[in-house]
Amino acid sequence: MWELMQANKRKSLLLFMGMGIFLLALGYVVGEVFSPGGGFFGLAIAAVVWLVQSLVSYAWGSKILLMSSKAQPVTHEVHPQLFNIVEEMKIAANLPAMPKIYIIPDPAPNAFATGIKPENSAIAVTAGLLGRLNRDELQGVIAHEMSHIINRDVMFMTFAGVLLGSIVLISQVFLRGMFYSGGGRRYRSGSNRGQGQAQAVIMIVAVILAILAPILAQLLYFAISRKREYLADASAVRLTRYPEGLASALESISNSDYKPAVVNKVTAPMYIANPLEKGRKISSLTSTHPPIKERVKILRNMAQGANFTAYEKSFEQVAGEEIIPKSQLQNDKTVSIRQANDRKKTGNKKKDLRQVGDLIRTVNKYAFLACACGLKMKIPPNFKKSTLICPRCHREHKVPLSELAAMTAAATKN
Amino acid sequence: MTGLYIVLVVLVVLILLFIGYYNGLVRLRNQVKNAWSQIDVQLKRRHDLIPNLVETAKGYMQHERNTLESITEARSRAMNAGSVGDKSKAETALSGAMSEFFLVVENYPDLKANQNFLAVQEELSSTENKISFARQSYNDQVLFYNNKIQMFPSNLVAGMFNFVQGEFFELEDKAEKEVPKVDFS
Repeated sequence: MWELMQANKRKSLLLFMGMGIFLLALGYVVGEVFSPGGGFFGLAIAAVVWLVQSLVSYAWGSKILLMSSKAQPVTHEVHPQLFNIVEEMKIAANLPAMPKIYIIPDPAPNAFATGIKPENSAIAVTAGLLGRLNRDELQGVIAHEMSHIINRDVMFMTFAGVLLGSIVLISQVFLRGMFYSGGGRRYRSGSNRGQGQAQAVIMIVAVILAILAPILAQLLYFAISRKREYLADASAVRLTRYPEGLASALESISNSDYKPAVVNKVTAPMYIANPLEKGRKISSLTSTHPPIKERVKILRNMAQGANFTAYEKSFEQVAGEEIIPKSQLQNDKTVSIRQANDRKKTGNKKKDLRQVGDLIRTVNKYAFLACACGLKMKIPPNFKKSTLICPRCHREHKVPLSELAAMTAAATKN
Repeated sequence: MTGLYIVLVVLVVLILLFIGYYNGLVRLRNQVKNAWSQIDVQLKRRHDLIPNLVETAKGYMQHERNTLESITEARSRAMNAGSVGDKSKAETALSGAMSEFFLVVENYPDLKANQNFLAVQEELSSTENKISFARQSYNDQVLFYNNKIQMFPSNLVAGMFNFVQGEFFELEDKAEKEVPKVDFS
C-alpha cells in the first residue's frame, strides 16, 4: 500500500506538471496574439492566476466546502458511534491525527472528506447516512473517505481543479476578447506581410488551443477523479477487511435520493456519490465518479481476500481492464476477509427516520422536552416563552430557559 | 571544466537521494514503533472500561456471578502480566471472557435496554475493534518497513545504518487458524 501511495504521488505529479505546462503554453500563445513579443507576459499572467487560486484553495478550501454544505462540528456526546468508527479507522490507517468530524443536517445519505494534509483533515457525514447504515456499512464509508485523505486525493484533486479552472478562465478571457475586439484589426499594423502571416498562424493556434484546452483538461480531470474513486474503494476495503460493508452501504445510498439540499457544481465531486449525477447508468467521459452499481459489483466479487491484488483481480473480471499495475502489487501480502460485525438496520423505517430527524435537531442545537403522555417535544435554540403546551395532551410544561441558554452556549463553544 | 561540473551535479543528486532513502527508513521505523504503542493504548483503555461495565451489569445479572467474576479475574491477570508472551496470552483470554459475556447478555432484555449499559457496550465493542485494528495497522507498518529494507536501492542505506526488520504480530490462537472439519458420518 505504501508503494502504491508513493507511485500515485509520482504519477500525479507528472500529470499535474503536464497540465501545468499546457496552461503556461496557453498563456504564452494568448500573450503573443494580443501583442507580439508579449508571450512571456501572457505566461506570467497565467502563472499568477494559477498561483493566486492555488493559495486561496490551500488556505480556505476546506472551510469553504464545510461552510457551504452547512456542516456542524460534533462532539463525542452527540454521536459516540460515529466518533468511535472514525477513531477505529484512524488507527487502522495510521493517520497522524484524528480528523475533525462534522454532521450535515440533511436527510440525504452522503459523505465527503476534506483536508490537504493528513494532519489537518475533516470528515463530514449527513444525518441521513447515519440513520440508514449499520455499523459495518458506516465503517466502510468512513474508510473510503479516510482513504481519500491518506492517498492525498483531496490535495491532488483540489490543485487539479484549480489548474482546470485557470485553463478555463484564460481561454474564456481570450476567446471573448477575440470576439469583442475584432482581433483582425491588429494585424494591419504589422510592418510586412511575413510578420502578418506568422501572427495569423499564432492566432489560429491560440484559438484552437483556447477551445480545446478546457475540453481536454476537463476530460483529464474526470479520468483522474474516476480512477481515484476506485483506488479509494480498494484502500477502504483493505482497511476494514470487509468488502460487503462498503458494498451494501453504496447500494443503500444509490437506492435513495442522495442529493443534499445544499449542493453546487464545484463541491458535488467531493461526495462519495456525486449528487448531481444521480440516475446515470453508464460512466460517461464526463462523470467524476464511476457508476455505483459497478463499484458494488467489483466489491462483491472479491472472494479471495481484501488486499489490492484481490481488488485488481475483481476489477479485471468486472470491467475488463487494469487499474493497478502489476509492478505495484509485487509486495502485497495476502489479507483475509473478516466476519460481519453488525446485523442489518432494524428495517423499521419510521423509527430510523425519527432518529435522523432527532439527530438533525440535536446538531442544530434544539433541546428536547419529554411530556408525561410520551411525546418528545423539540425546542428550537431561540425559544423565548417560559411555558409550553403539549400538542397532544395539552399539559402545560415550564421551559427551563436558563438551562436552555447554558446548553446552547456550551454547544456553540465546541 | 565541464567534466568536473557533471561529476559535482551527479554527486549532489546522489547525496540527496541518499538522504531521502535514509529519512524514509527512519519515518517507517518510527511508524512501526508508534503502531506498537497504539496497541498498548487500546489494551489499557479496555482495562479502564471494564469495571464500569461489570457494575452496570451486576444489578441485572444476579445469577451470572461466575461470568462476571471470570471477567474481573481475567482483567487483573492481564494488567499484571509481565513478559510480552504472558501479556499476549492474558489479553487473548480477556477477549474470550468478553465475548462470552456479550453472548450471555442476549438473555437479559432489560439490561440491553438500559442506556448506560448500551453506552458502555458501544465503548467496549469499539475498543475491541480498535485493538484488532491496532494489531492490523502494526502488521501493515512492519510490512512497509520490511519491504523498504529489502528492496533496492534502499537496502544499501539500510545495511549501512543497521536498520533491523520488524516482527509480525502473529495470531496467538492456533485454533482460529485451523479449518473446521465437516463430518457427515
